Amino acid sequence: MNGLLEFIGTNIEMIYILILAVFLGVEVIKHIPAVLHTPLMSGANALSGVVVVGAILVMLNSDPEDYFSLTLGFIAVVLGILNVVGGFAVTGRMLQMFKKKDK
Amino acid sequence: MSISLSIIYLIATVSFIVGLKKLGNPSTAKNGNLIAAAGMGLAIAGTIFIHDFKVPPLIYILIGLAILIGSIIGGLMAFKVKMTKMPELVSLFNGFGGSSAALIGLVEISRDAGDKLQAMTIVSGIIIGAITFSGSMIAWGKLNGSLKSVINIPYHNIVNNLFFIGVIAFGAYMVTSGGNNPVLVVALLASGLLYGILFVLPIGGADMPVVISLLNSLTGIAAAITGVLYSNMVMLIGGILVGSAGIILTIAMCKGMNRTLGAVIFGAFGGTDAASDEDRKLGSIKKTNPSDSAIMMNYASNVIIVPGYGLAVAQAQHVIHELEEILTEKGVDVKYAIHPVAGRMPGHMNVLLAESNVDYSLLVEMEDINSQFKNTDVVLVVGANDVVNPAAHNDPSSPIYGMPILDVENAKHIIVNKRTMNAGYAGIENELFYNDKTVMLFGDAKDALTKLVSELKNM
Repeated sequence: MNGLLEFIGTNIEMIYILILAVFLGVEVIKHIPAVLHTPLMSGANALSGVVVVGAILVMLNSDPEDYFSLTLGFIAVVLGILNVVGGFAVTGRMLQMFKKKDK
Repeated sequence: MSISLSIIYLIATVSFIVGLKKLGNPSTAKNGNLIAAAGMGLAIAGTIFIHDFKVPPLIYILIGLAILIGSIIGGLMAFKVKMTKMPELVSLFNGFGGSSAALIGLVEISRDAGDKLQAMTIVSGIIIGAITFSGSMIAWGKLNGSLKSVINIPYHNIVNNLFFIGVIAFGAYMVTSGGNNPVLVVALLASGLLYGILFVLPIGGADMPVVISLLNSLTGIAAAITGVLYSNMVMLIGGILVGSAGIILTIAMCKGMNRTLGAVIFGAFGGTDAASDEDRKLGSIKKTNPSDSAIMMNYASNVIIVPGYGLAVAQAQHVIHELEEILTEKGVDVKYAIHPVAGRMPGHMNVLLAESNVDYSLLVEMEDINSQFKNTDVVLVVGANDVVNPAAHNDPSSPIYGMPILDVENAKHIIVNKRTMNAGYAGIENELFYNDKTVMLFGDAKDALTKLVSELKNM
């Protein structure tokens, strides 16, 4: 129990940010017309590729002799970037189609 | 962390929030996407170039190579994909993001574990990443038809829940014991992967969009957890935004299909309701052919087209636009009625029709068009079923009772194009097909519409 309280005490800022971010996410998405559900889903999907930042950190922090970390890090960067680039590109492509008809 | 990198992450985080906000409005969506993408580019570039590690050139080359490979493959996939295949693609990309999170966890657990918080983030990153990866791959397989749609595992609810508790307990043991025994780490990864498979396998193909949205949300949470591990705000906030936005989207989709999230996950459309349907007399159906349908539409003053899943599967979005143009030339007032969950995922029909250059203003949403059906001469239903089933209004025993539908039965004439008399994904009969005003035009949507168009051209 003490461990838990100590944990909350030392990470209180993180916990604040987490909770506020949850509410922010809910508010930002709340009133979205159904028309945009598909692009929004793929856009959010691209955003979740932010995990690639972690993958890059893994590689930067690897010893050049540490083939295990480098290999897994390399694959993680490839997959993460694929998620980011592919996700944003396909979202843009979908939205481009909506745009054309605005005239 | 240097101050300049912190500022870069701050800018990137704000751009994610602004981008996501703008993505929610049709007129600003394109800018929103660009702003979020720019923020992401900034965060990635900042991470690579501003840090305190001593990095040999070889690693820079490797990182550059990885980014190059990922960008080329991702870009090609994004530009090559057919719009009807969008759900598969989102699912695939999502799986990649999840596996990236799991791989990071695998590397970090092999290093010195540090304190309990770090151990906890690493272990949960591996579990969630593994679940999203295998779950997304199963969803992808189901959507592209390489996996049989519903695979029944006996007692799957009990088995899954027990298994899930087991995975959590295993993870908790790993955290408290501080263990990084490679055998246990591999077992942890394997149990996460297996749970992802068990979780998605029993869920029906038509519910996949909900599952993908849920898994997408999970990938966001995995990214956020990795953000906690590195005390990295852009990952933390970006991930949480996706996590909570994903949950909201998931709930919105469930509402459109009149399902609760629990019903999707635990598969509540039982077989018991179907039995009572057989007793009821529904009368007989009337068949029609393309030439009669063409005549009906030619002499109508207004036509509403109701496109559905069948249109997307048959890739008939271009033909239907042709039909609409011919009718408009002949002086018929044509509109499209778009149900919120029409197509293969919510909002998908809008994307498909936009792809075939249908004028955006002709697409009318359900709430706005429902009052217009009673003044409509002909409604053409193409490959839609449950979203036009009057049972949603007048049969309290029906599993779709209470679901918002398009009130096509109020129109003067209804033409329904379907491949067969098979029930829709809810597995229930549709009394609309037996209505006196309804005629059935059987056949593949693309074939039937092509014939309809050529008949109309000859009139």
